[in-house]
Amino acid sequence: METQKPARRRETEDRRHEGIVSGVEGFNERGRKAARDKELHDSVELFTGKAVAARNAVLHALPEAPELRKRAYRIKQETMANLDRYLEQMADNVEARGGKVFFAEDGEAVVRYIGDLARRKGAKVVTKSKSMATEEIELNRRLEEDYADLDLEIVETDLGEWIAQLAGDHPSHIVGPILHMNRKRITEVLSQAAGEELPPDVEALGSFARKRLREKFLAADIGVTGANFGVAETGTVATITNEGNARLVTSVPPVHVIVMGIEKLVPRFEDLSVFVRLLARSGTGQKLTVYTNFITGPRDEGELDGAEELHLILMDNGRSKLLGTEFEEALYCIRCGACLNVCPVYRQTGGHAYGSTYSGPIGAVITPLLKGQKDAKDLPHASSLCGACWEACPVGIPLHELLLKLRNQQVEEGMKGKGETLAFKGFENTMKNPALYKISGKAGRLVQKPLKKDGSVRPLPGPLGAWTDSRDLPPLAEKPFRDLWKEGI
Amino acid sequence: MRVLRRLGVDVIYPERQTCCGQPAFNSGFFDETRSVGRHFIDVFEKERFDYVVCPSGSCTTMVSHYYPFIFEDLPDERERSEALGGRVREFSDFLVNVMGANASDLGAHHEAQAVFHTGCHQRRELGLLREPRELLENVEGLNLVGWEKEELCCGFGGTFSVKMPAVSTAMADEKIKALENSGADTLISGDSSCLMHLKGRLQRTGHDTRVLHLAQVLDQKNGG
Repeated sequence: METQKPARRRETEDRRHEGIVSGVEGFNERGRKAARDKELHDSVELFTGKAVAARNAVLHALPEAPELRKRAYRIKQETMANLDRYLEQMADNVEARGGKVFFAEDGEAVVRYIGDLARRKGAKVVTKSKSMATEEIELNRRLEEDYADLDLEIVETDLGEWIAQLAGDHPSHIVGPILHMNRKRITEVLSQAAGEELPPDVEALGSFARKRLREKFLAADIGVTGANFGVAETGTVATITNEGNARLVTSVPPVHVIVMGIEKLVPRFEDLSVFVRLLARSGTGQKLTVYTNFITGPRDEGELDGAEELHLILMDNGRSKLLGTEFEEALYCIRCGACLNVCPVYRQTGGHAYGSTYSGPIGAVITPLLKGQKDAKDLPHASSLCGACWEACPVGIPLHELLLKLRNQQVEEGMKGKGETLAFKGFENTMKNPALYKISGKAGRLVQKPLKKDGSVRPLPGPLGAWTDSRDLPPLAEKPFRDLWKEGI
Repeated sequence: MRVLRRLGVDVIYPERQTCCGQPAFNSGFFDETRSVGRHFIDVFEKERFDYVVCPSGSCTTMVSHYYPFIFEDLPDERERSEALGGRVREFSDFLVNVMGANASDLGAHHEAQAVFHTGCHQRRELGLLREPRELLENVEGLNLVGWEKEELCCGFGGTFSVKMPAVSTAMADEKIKALENSGADTLISGDSSCLMHLKGRLQRTGHDTRVLHLAQVLDQKNGG
């Protein structure tokens, strides 16, 4: 064993080779900070560790899970191939039950529809249940800004979302929006909302939240929800939750608005038997969530509950342009969050490092697809391509392959820096030419001679410095294998 | 090489071989990868052999899974890559499933408390979990111990390690923490790139854990 080096060479804050490869600065910078945040790391690890363990156990106990996964993929494939037809069917069925349907091309159209509706209704309080689709278009902020004259009070009622809203924060996980906050921080946020010091125990905090949210549920003029699934053949929308808040959002106010991404559709009611079984198991490790609600149209004559008016907004916002492309599989996602929980990158950084509504592997795929690569070109690189996401995905989306295709698209569209492009041109020329390969090896061995120290290569400049700043680099072997082979190994 | 010969395998080493092209592939440079891939296919098609044995799950996967992927729209090359890909076998896969070998046949002996890290391609695309373990469990003197979160990636990820160095290093630290908790003194893997990454970080953080490729362990006869 060689002599011990100084146990921990100072982590080189000053020699900043990090992010030296252009185009990845955003995630690299945020990820670097996040990876050093011990509190964040502990919170993320606690949530994801539990979720993964529960998921593994509950899926292990379902022998048909692999078969369900294949069926889920096929159903989504079929849905996307005929999406126009199924959307029409969905709309017809909702209208036949007395609901109103609106096709929204983008977030702007959704905001206008809901804002105008609120104006017509003279609404003051809007309650919301958890919805990634409305997060995606920043519905709350835009309503507050664009319809400031209405002075709307928009209240998130999923506990995590509400706490995020109170803190002026954003969700960092599809299923566990505030998993990045620990109990101390949550107590602070709720105490501030209560105007008094609350004790940091679940009972007290929960009881304050329940009391405060009840007032909002009862006062609401409009309830806004997302949709986990929409069933074309019946016009049914499914919401799948654990807190029961969605029921109060959909049944107390006179008006219910559903914002549903167009990819959330399934053709038949029986298809839900595949997806509902997979969703809770994959997301939280439950067999079923506590509440699985099916809403078909507004309150009918003789029915005791349900909103008097139901509006279904079918939101595109960049989805339909993926249909029929090599990226279509990204639309198969059911937003269970399993790929985030198993992702070793997400587990180091949490969700905010992605700088987008959707984080983790699915976020790294759909953010550039929905928003355009130029605004998120770091994200396809926020992955070691280990494939854990693909393995965990209940629909079998090959997320790692989609990331590779996105990286390729960046190359094809000339979004790469000169340095990297030249480097890989050089790589290509060397690797297809054995003589040049041999000479490069020789040159490498020559160059590294003065750089070797204690059996490793000294800290290097340039992109390799990004390695040697935190890790030792072994030198090339003294003799290439080719020579050993010739000498008769 | 020695291990293969000990099993009576006639080994040839095509000297014109270079790299499978994975670094370019992972970075999205598919044209460059195709060009390197064509060279790989040319070199190996010229030889007469039954199998290409590759001491890396990652490089094996590149040829067997991702050559057909990058040549998808080029029928001739896709066919050639599929034919070649079917004959490329990862080292432990070849020993166990082709040769029916076990470590006692090799007389392997290595004193260690060891953990095994399965590279991500070997684990997921190739599904070779049982093979290396079976080999190691029959190595005399070697005690293979379990470790927590063993399915997690080591953080190398090719160019990921220099594009996102801090996150990559944090991932290695997670593995090293699990390694410490396992009480093992040796880390074994079938992938040199994972080993290079973890060893680089282990050394930098003052650990003296031994880091060995599966083939090195199987090659050892007396204590090592």
